[in-house]
Amino acid sequence: MSVTLPATETERSAQRAPVINDFSIQVATVNGSGSQTANLVLLRSIFQMGIPVSGKNLFPSNIAGLPTWYTIRANRRGYISRKKEIDFLVAMNPETAKEDVLSLEPGRAVVYDAPLNLQALRSDLVFYPVPFDKIVAEVCSEAKLRRLVKNMIYDGVLSHLLGIELGEMEKALAKQMGKKPKAMELNVGALEGGRKYAAEHLVKQDPYRVERMNQTTGQVLVEGNAAAAMGCMFAGVTVVAWYPITPSSSLPETLIGYMRQYRMDKETGKATFAIVQAEDEIAALGMVVGASWAGARAMTSTSGPGISLMSEFAGLSYYAEVPAVVFDIQRVGPSTGLPTRTAQSDLLFAAINSHGDTKHVLLLPASVTECYEMSMEAFDLAERLQTIIYVMSDLDLGMNTWMAEPFKYPEKPLDRGKVLDEAKLKELGTWGRYKDVDGDGIPWRTLPGTGMPAFFTRGSGHNEMAQYTERPDDYLKNLDRLARKFETAKTLVPAPIVQDVPGTKIGIIAFGSSHWAVEESRDQLREEANIQTSYLRVRAYPFTPDVHDFIRRYDRVYVVEQNRDGQMLSLLKMDGDPKFATRLRSVLHYNGLPIDARSVTDGLLEQERQT
Amino acid sequence: MSEAPTPAKKTNRIGLDVAPYRGSKTTLCAGCGHNAISERIIDAFFEMGVDPKHVVKFSGIGCSSKSPAYFLNPSHGFNSVHGRMPSVATGAMLANKNMLSIGVSGDGDTGAIGIGQFVHLMRRNLPLIYIIEDNGCYGLTKGQFSPTADLGSKAKNGVVNDLPPIDTCALAIQLGASFVARSFSGDKKQLLSVLKAAISHRGTSMIDVISPCVTFNDHEGSTKSYSYVKDHDEPLGEVSFVPYFEDISVDYEPGSTTAVKLHDGSQLYLRKIAPDYNPSDKVAAMRLLHETSRRNEFATGVIYIEPDKDDFIDLLNLVDQPLASLTVDQVRPPKAALDAIMESLR
Repeated sequence: MSVTLPATETERSAQRAPVINDFSIQVATVNGSGSQTANLVLLRSIFQMGIPVSGKNLFPSNIAGLPTWYTIRANRRGYISRKKEIDFLVAMNPETAKEDVLSLEPGRAVVYDAPLNLQALRSDLVFYPVPFDKIVAEVCSEAKLRRLVKNMIYDGVLSHLLGIELGEMEKALAKQMGKKPKAMELNVGALEGGRKYAAEHLVKQDPYRVERMNQTTGQVLVEGNAAAAMGCMFAGVTVVAWYPITPSSSLPETLIGYMRQYRMDKETGKATFAIVQAEDEIAALGMVVGASWAGARAMTSTSGPGISLMSEFAGLSYYAEVPAVVFDIQRVGPSTGLPTRTAQSDLLFAAINSHGDTKHVLLLPASVTECYEMSMEAFDLAERLQTIIYVMSDLDLGMNTWMAEPFKYPEKPLDRGKVLDEAKLKELGTWGRYKDVDGDGIPWRTLPGTGMPAFFTRGSGHNEMAQYTERPDDYLKNLDRLARKFETAKTLVPAPIVQDVPGTKIGIIAFGSSHWAVEESRDQLREEANIQTSYLRVRAYPFTPDVHDFIRRYDRVYVVEQNRDGQMLSLLKMDGDPKFATRLRSVLHYNGLPIDARSVTDGLLEQERQT
Repeated sequence: MSEAPTPAKKTNRIGLDVAPYRGSKTTLCAGCGHNAISERIIDAFFEMGVDPKHVVKFSGIGCSSKSPAYFLNPSHGFNSVHGRMPSVATGAMLANKNMLSIGVSGDGDTGAIGIGQFVHLMRRNLPLIYIIEDNGCYGLTKGQFSPTADLGSKAKNGVVNDLPPIDTCALAIQLGASFVARSFSGDKKQLLSVLKAAISHRGTSMIDVISPCVTFNDHEGSTKSYSYVKDHDEPLGEVSFVPYFEDISVDYEPGSTTAVKLHDGSQLYLRKIAPDYNPSDKVAAMRLLHETSRRNEFATGVIYIEPDKDDFIDLLNLVDQPLASLTVDQVRPPKAALDAIMESLR
């Protein structure tokens, strides 16, 4: 039987059939009011009960005062993309409460701060008024601390209404609080206060409930930026240069924490790494290029505006053939755009970033696990290919909390690429910095201080021996070799994940964080509209031949992505056989919120109907 | 053996003759001050007996920035991006702190497009010899004004520069550079001494070298012309340098000479003109720069020095081995580390 009920059916069944482990909770608060602890406790306690869960923080570009929403989705089938509809609202913010309530579908539930009097707004919702100030006064005698624990009360209320075990909440709280007994005691008091109030005063009228499952055993909860930071550390990064920017900052900042713990001598404080907060993104990439040129494993992390500033160095890295690893935690643009909203809209820009004839390798992680693994691959690729590698994450993946199997310890040795040593020099006889002796477009490089022959690195015209030249034939030869190197990249980058379903004429292509909505949408299409789809998830640019083979196999290929102009589709068109370009269609989502399955399903069905 | 004896080549203390200190043939204009600076760099590194294989060379973009190709051929060099050489040099020094690094910039590359990176390089006191080949104009794009151009000077096309010049020495001192000097490309003796002292200094050595542009800025009225600098150079005194490996006595009269002991044990001697000038006094250095510039003169020599200041690499407390040469065992934490992190996320 189908367990994902269409909205209308949910409405009708609201009063009778319980909806178990399949709903979304949205908590609306004021930024800076300390709700993050309460929200993470809520998320973690559902996770600890074995129920697949995801959390998405929708926050403003502001320190305190503007509205913020945190959405938690529990889903027994394991769907962890954003759910478009909100089932259970916790309305704590007077400024947005009215609009939040008016935007709900009928039959949904609202817990709200009693003085807001929201029940007057609608008659088709379930309302649970809770006098938060009164309860907090009872559980916390110190007035100045009340603001900090008030949010924990809604966790207590939800514990009762949704059936989340209080013991799990306390365990999750202990994880958040660490060794702070007083804070722990106060918060547990608030939890219990909320639970008790709900038990005594609220009558359960909504259908949503949790029930213990075993779908999260052994798993971890982690943000993509933290996962990428781990990947960088285990890849053996030695130089990090960065400039603060949302939503990227938490990557280097988490990395600093890990590196101080695991890469610093406990007694002497001596470090096997240098992390520098640069004066801007230009300097950040400049330092990375300088460090990589001298033999370090170096990276930087930024977002779209930073990529813009790094463009000139990106071209230098490409043409002078210096490794660099750059994380782009994408956010909405253009210009400052919406700094705290997610997008996949730097794809095209990154692929050909810089002036002149450039094209770059992009890695496209879709999960926190891939953030970890592709970070390691990025360093190997950068040094193997002697060029800049972009890891294209986004705000949704980077800053939100995702479930994952524990990460695997890397078994592969580091690939430091073609670095000339005594033995190789002897074998080659003569060495030229930009000479393609292996036929793969990748020349041998030397590092300063190793005693190997020196060369003069320049972004201007150079021949095979790294000498300055303006000769047309030298320039042509060099550019053609770089193109050959890009062909070699196709054999090294992560291959796509392909799922061919026999009999269907429809294919879907997606990448990055869109993956989760596509997975769910494919089930919706099959279960609700009886449409089977095949699916290819792109994991890197340049595209391996499988990508174009996939397009050839299907009549209609929907490219799902989170930008306005279909950037992946454009790249596929640029790169592929023009004969098949007409098979490509776009399903786009670009309002700044993480993509959801319903939008994908609706977007695809609408075009199918017109076919 | 009956071969005629060939005259022995002059060698330095590591047994090299001057050849490996030379570079490729210059492509700059004949008479360009920058070529004279390259010659002095060759002399200084040769005389100091620095192994060229332990030197890295950097530059930005412009006439000046071409010059690292004209000295120290056996050293790795990096002609980077306009105004961004400091960041590239910083990265390279982080990767291999054992290298001796020299960067050549110009007045546009430093004072205009690169002023931001210049500022932060000085703040960090990165171990780097930073030379500005200062001719007050953009040569490679045919003579436009740079930020060190004279107030009121007139370009060939008639455009008048109505903005005051940036004094890169004053700026460097204010920002934290630990060795600040100004010299003139035509003053062989002083420039050589300054460069040798800079090689011995650990920290940023910022050297502004006035270097007339023979094509665009050597005309009458330019304060960066050969004739003007010759007439208006106010040397702070004679700069003498004694490397740590040469034990010679200096015949300066006590009281007229300041001796500064540098990082590697070498001695820098500054014979004073102004008897109360103290090169380790920031306030005195700033006063000197302001007073001479008010008279349209240049004070040349070592203007400021702080030999014992921690440099950027010291502050990072790196392991002794260069980061670039660390092996996988040194940079990949054990599986237990990953397990511990995973446990904390459950």
